[in-house]
Amino acid sequence: MADDLELRFERTVQSEARIEPRDWMPDGYRKTLIRQIAQHAHSEIIGMQPEGNWISRAPSLRRKAILLAKVQDEAGHGLYLYSATETLGADREDLTTKLIEGRQKYSSIFNYPTLTFADVGVIGWLVDGAAICNQVPLCRTSYGPYARAMIRICKEESFHQRQGYELLMTMMRGTQQQRDMVQDSVNRWWWPALMMFGPPDAESTNTEQSMAWRIKRDTNDELRQKFVNMSMPQAEALGVTFPDPELKWNEERGEYDFGAPDWDEFWQVVKGGGVCNEQRIAHRRKAHEDGAWVREAAAAHAAKNAVREEGAA
Amino acid sequence: MSFDNAYESLLGGEDAHWAFGTGFSEALSGVDREFPAGVDREALAAYCLMLGDDALIFSQRLSEWCSRAPELEEDIALANIALDLLGQARMLLTRAGEVLGRDEDSLAYLRDEREFRNVHLAEIDCGPGPGGDFATTIARLLVFSSWRLALFSRLRGSADPVLKAIAEKGLKELAYHRDHAAQWTVRLGDGTDESHRRMQAGLERVWPFVDELFATHAVEAALAGVAVDPASLWSEVDGVLEAVLSAAGLTRPTDTKAARVAGMAGRDGVHTEVMGYLLAEMQHLHRSLPGAVW
Repeated sequence: MADDLELRFERTVQSEARIEPRDWMPDGYRKTLIRQIAQHAHSEIIGMQPEGNWISRAPSLRRKAILLAKVQDEAGHGLYLYSATETLGADREDLTTKLIEGRQKYSSIFNYPTLTFADVGVIGWLVDGAAICNQVPLCRTSYGPYARAMIRICKEESFHQRQGYELLMTMMRGTQQQRDMVQDSVNRWWWPALMMFGPPDAESTNTEQSMAWRIKRDTNDELRQKFVNMSMPQAEALGVTFPDPELKWNEERGEYDFGAPDWDEFWQVVKGGGVCNEQRIAHRRKAHEDGAWVREAAAAHAAKNAVREEGAA
Repeated sequence: MSFDNAYESLLGGEDAHWAFGTGFSEALSGVDREFPAGVDREALAAYCLMLGDDALIFSQRLSEWCSRAPELEEDIALANIALDLLGQARMLLTRAGEVLGRDEDSLAYLRDEREFRNVHLAEIDCGPGPGGDFATTIARLLVFSSWRLALFSRLRGSADPVLKAIAEKGLKELAYHRDHAAQWTVRLGDGTDESHRRMQAGLERVWPFVDELFATHAVEAALAGVAVDPASLWSEVDGVLEAVLSAAGLTRPTDTKAARVAGMAGRDGVHTEVMGYLLAEMQHLHRSLPGAVW
């Protein structure tokens, strides 16, 4: 019986059809998905902080509106992704606890600080750009609710990316001080953006099984190469350079060659040693704990209302 | 998906897909921007700054909640309200700027504290900073949105076509803001002992700033037919607040009147001490890079 179910699951996945919440699925598949989607949801929520850092100081009202709307979208993405985990039996409160206790991860990129307003543009262009490269294949991932959430998220992310790039274009047309600010920001974010695709394939522990289950569609190194290939013409159009002396077109391969990120820094940040790791979690923990009495009050009010309605009926 | 190349859409020159342009210019497209005959233009500009600054400064305060709200749903809701008010501020500052020969950013970023005309209720710290909490924030939102909704519903009759159009557009937004605040006031008033205590304390914190909302200023008196006399709004707003507080089981605070400074308050550009810090943060980058384009 179990073998039949497993066979049916395997066939569904192999035929590129979707697994839906009520379908049988192996425990490992369910756990891997919850881990991956929760990590993605946490990344959206923690990701509100580095950009949120500039809302109060945005240098024009139009940029303030764009940034506030963008950070609001990230909260929305977190919300749909937590909902997707709930279709697998997870619980948002429990996942939030795991995040603030450091038992689940979020994208390490958000442990880097946002130091100038140009960072808002560069995050849109490179960080959201790298996220889109990672996420577009997930629109075809085997788990239906995740795939559908990703379609919506990718559409909104591509708006964000355009807005980020447009900010940089505008700044590059401005004063020399602004152009220097953009280049400095690109210098700080380029390598961390490349790290967003994860460790080299040879060291990536989760890739093989996730590819077989069609949870993941491309390897880390394939996506990283794709991102570099896409980013170069963008940088040229913008008038900035990437801080990599090995970056050059390889006629033979028809792709760009590029250097390796500093993987020691990557692991240091992943393991909690980044500039902002503690701050990001402390911020999230404070919001969650400060809001506990509000959530309790809402639940108590709803319970009282239910009793009152029963009494009235 | 058609956008496997995440960048392909970036290189095109078409602008139709931008989520935000200047935004409001479309919202008010087709509205006559001529000044009505006989209107005192300087008073009109001052009035637009009053209403625009209320929205701008309150929006700045509300956006401090971003990533700090008690629930994700509430983070989204408060950001939404802050965005609506920012949109109203931009339209109003732009209208003021048509008289003054300045744009919205020049008015938002290059005026000094004494030139801001917002009421004190908009600027005080009601949390998430040390000056308050979520309940205090809701108390301010309840009072502010009840008052502004009543004001905008009368402003639809303004002789200025732009103010009239801004009021039409803002009305739906403000009705949502008031509803959101009223629902939370009831939830917190009724919920637990702690939430009741905090909601009552929130009301006590904001109530001294209520009186200023209904005091007629010389600018409003000079703009009969264009501006709304806020004194005329009291009985309507009072009725709304009474209904909400009674449904929430909360007591109306008695202290409604903070002392003025030599007879002056926010509408005269005389603010509380927190205003200088708020503006320092809001304006510093814009002022640090003169000649920059954003």
